[in-house]
Order: sequence, then C-alpha cells, then structure tokens
Amino acid sequence: MNWFTAKKWQTALELLLDLSKNGVLYYLWETFYVTVLATAFAMLLGLPLGILLVTGDEKGVLPLPRLVLRALNALINLLRSVPFLILMILVVPLTRLIVGKSYGSVASIVPLVVAAFPFVARLVESSLREVNPNIIEMAQSMGASPLQIICKVMLPESVPSLINNAAIAITTILGYSAMGGAIGAGGLGKLAIMYGYNKYNYPVMILAVIVLVVLVQLFQSIGTRLSVKLDKRIRK
Amino acid sequence: MIEIKNLTKTFPSADGTFYALKNVSLTINDGEIYGIIGMSGAGKSTLVRCINMLERPTEGAVLVNGCDVGTLRESELRKTRREVTMIFQGFHLLMQRTVLRNICFPLELAGVKASEAKARARELLRMVGLPDKENAYPAQLSGGQQQRVAIARALATNPKVLLCDEATSALDPKTTHDILSLIRDINQRLGITVIIITHQMSVVQEICDRVAILENGEVVEEGTVVSVFSNPKAAATRRLVFPDSAEDELDLPHDEHRLRVIFNGAPAANTPLIARMAMDKRIAANILYASTRSVGDKIYGHMLLGIPGGDEETRTAMEYLRAAENVVVEEA
Repeated sequence: MNWFTAKKWQTALELLLDLSKNGVLYYLWETFYVTVLATAFAMLLGLPLGILLVTGDEKGVLPLPRLVLRALNALINLLRSVPFLILMILVVPLTRLIVGKSYGSVASIVPLVVAAFPFVARLVESSLREVNPNIIEMAQSMGASPLQIICKVMLPESVPSLINNAAIAITTILGYSAMGGAIGAGGLGKLAIMYGYNKYNYPVMILAVIVLVVLVQLFQSIGTRLSVKLDKRIRK
Repeated sequence: MIEIKNLTKTFPSADGTFYALKNVSLTINDGEIYGIIGMSGAGKSTLVRCINMLERPTEGAVLVNGCDVGTLRESELRKTRREVTMIFQGFHLLMQRTVLRNICFPLELAGVKASEAKARARELLRMVGLPDKENAYPAQLSGGQQQRVAIARALATNPKVLLCDEATSALDPKTTHDILSLIRDINQRLGITVIIITHQMSVVQEICDRVAILENGEVVEEGTVVSVFSNPKAAATRRLVFPDSAEDELDLPHDEHRLRVIFNGAPAANTPLIARMAMDKRIAANILYASTRSVGDKIYGHMLLGIPGGDEETRTAMEYLRAAENVVVEEA
C-alpha cells in the first residue's frame, strides 16, 4: 500500500481549503477551544491547590495540618501517574455525569481537566516557591495577613514565572487533547489518527501534525513574550 | 520605650539546644538611636526579630511602650507591626511594583484609601530625596536608592520605632554614610526611635547614641558610644573597637603616658592636631596606633598616643586635645 499517492496529497490539500465541518480549519477550531477551556478549568482548580501546597507548608504563611497536606500531595501524585489515555477511560462515568455523553470534543474537556489540574497545581507550586522568602518576611514585618501575603506579594511577584508555566501547561494540554483523538475526542488528533493513520493517508496525518506544531509554537511564543514583557526585574 | 527583659531564644540543633540569645535585657529610650553590634552569628538578627515577634522568644518578654508584644493576638500584633517597622540588608522591595506602589504597600495592608496612600507616598519620596523616581521599578535603581525607597516604605505608617537590620551592610562607604545621615535626619525630625543592628563599628560610631555589644547571644557590654569606645572592657568589644590593633603586645617605654584620642566626627580642618600640639606645646607625641577615617568632612576613629615626660606634660596634652571639637581624650 502506497501512503503517499498523488490522490492522497490532493485529499490533504482539499481538506486544508475546506471551510466546512470536515475541513482542517474546523478541526483546528475544535482543538483550540478544547485546549483553552480545559486549561482554564485546570487553572481554576490547580491555582488554589498550588497556593495551598506552598502556604500550607510547615513553614508557610498558613500551615495546614500535616495529614491534610500529605493527602493533597498523594492525590496529585496519584492523578499525575495515570497515563492520559487510561485516565480518559477511567473518568467516563464522570464525563457522562457532567456532559451527558462520553465522546466528542466537549466531552474530552472533562478528562483533560482531571489530568491537567494536578499538573497545574505543581507548576503553580514551583512558581510560588521561587518568591524570595525574605520578601514574605518583610510583608509580615509590615503587618500583612496571610491572605494579603498571598494576594499582594506571592502571586504578583511570581507573575512572570506563572505565565511561563501557563504556556507549559497549555502546550501540554494541547498534546493530551490530540492524544484523545485516538479514542473519541475531536480536533486535530482525530484528523491525524482517524483520517490519516487509520485510512493510510500520510499526507493528511502530516498536515494535522504541522498545524499542531504551529499551534504549540504560537502558544509558547505568546507565553514567553508576555512573561518577559511583564517582568519588571528586567531592565528595559 | 522598648524594654527587653531576660530574653532567651533557643533553636533545636543536632547536638541538643542552640542558644541564639541568652538572658538579654536592654532598655531603649524613646527618640534615641541604639546600636546593637556583634560579629555574625552573635544573635543580632534574632534579637531584632524578637522585638516585632517575627521570632517568638523562648523565654522573657519584649515591652513596646509598656505593652508586652509576645502576648498580643495575631490581629493586634499586625497593628503593632505598623508602629515598629523594619528595613533590611537586602532592601526587600517588591520587584514587580513601581517605587510609588512599594511605598503604598504598608498603607494598602492597613486599608488606607489608594488616593491618600499615593499622596503620602509622594511626600515620603520627597523626604528621602527621590521625588522623580515614583514610576521607576526597583531593578532600575542603585542599592542606595533602593534602601531610600525601603526607608520611605518603612515610614509610611508613621511608626514610632524603626528597626534597621544590617541596613547598610550591602552598600559602599559613601552610600552608607548618606543612608546613615538620612536615618539620623529622620530620627531628629520625626523623633522616631531607631534600633540599628550591624557588624560595622563605623556605623555605630557615626550615628548611635548608645550601643550594646552582643557575643554568643549575650550582651557583654552596654553604654554610651563614647564610653564604650574610649574604654572598651569586654574582649569582644576590644576586638570590634581595635579590629587589627597590636596594642596589647606593645611594649611601651615606662616614661610615656598613654592617651586614647577618639575622633567622633571632628572637623577635618583640625586634623593636623598632633602636629599642631608639637608646635604649640612642644609635646612630641608618639603615635602608637591610629585608625581614623574621614566621612565627608568629618573624622571618625581613634588614636593611641604616647606622651613623653611627666604628669605635667600629659595634663597639658589632654587639655590641648580636648579643646578640639568632637574629640574625646581618655587616659589609656
């Protein structure tokens, strides 16, 4: 079987120019909104969790009972160690409960969030740990409450690092969402696997991958630029 | 008034208990500039952090204007901390905030309206001599400028006490002098009590009224700067006052009297003092040791003189030297 016939190249080109629901552009849009929404929800859960991991530390500004902190860490490690495709299958009941069905683009947001929020929590944790502890001591010496230290010191001071990590999160989630194409999710992953790989059409698969690469580059360069632009430690 | 009563602070360590502070008692009067000096590891930083309860003492109490700060609830303690503010060796400015917003920071914490806070911050920026830097970020400022911003920030809440934790240790001598002048100016104009933690004798010499010498967590000597400098008793004090002096090994001729001359900001124009004494009084003093420094147009430091002859010559020399401005003379 020849994977690269002229006819197959032609199909790929037609898909690229097709503006309907079957075209590349539509798959790109699916991937885009799934990734952005999944990242947003993952941050909604991961940001507070990441803050708790840092402030709840024995020497943090709001120490948690050691048992609670250990339980949170264990949960995060557990979720992060399950491979994404398996996690996607494991959370099917939850997906059904929330979305009403277990396949399609919208449904894939649920497993993506479950897989990504522990990862986001770890990224937030690492960003916040970079904040100079002396600055936190300074804030305490000025009479700051723990909540004020979080909102006025830890988060604003780590904005450049948080944005960098957000770019890492969104590109990783993009990768996961493409993987989901293998078992029922939509988007560019579906195009590459269902229409490219399964139908022995290499040009379509390559096309889908190229679009994915461009999307990752875009997210990453926006993140890096924003992070540098907002970092006031850099003399400009 | 700040009263430190029998303060002890211990930390658990690998081989038992480490005593960072041992039964320290000090009284610091309102409006004075009080120095706490010691080598690194002497417990200075722990002591100053016990004053605003960043460190909880193991035993003893700290009374700020009669109020035992160790017994305050968290919310009351936060209010007290607005009255006892702090500046640091590393400045510790918020790097992502402009200079103006850094100074507003303690006011924001206290819930002051943004417009009022900004007006107050501008006023303080003028006071520390940086009126044109309000929109700069800390990374764009020099160390001395950053410390000025930190001082303005520490003054924002109208504190009664300013704690300086090695505030000039990261600065060059000229900038150190400028910052110390600013602190003295603030002390005099606003009547704020200043507590200075340092390992530099020159800092104490330049602006402190009284000084305590801390060694291994204990106060080994305390008193006015002049008395401690002119007659250091404890070994730790002598090491600080005469850091590289070979004085103890000096074998002096028996017919010489020894005088210690302390320059506490004597005008530089007077410095050929010893030469002038030789010409005016015909006393050829033998300079046994000298360590003086000029800061601006002032001289700081001390000198050890051997005066040949008898008691008569010594008395004449003492009178002559004492007539000079800001010079203290003691028999050594």
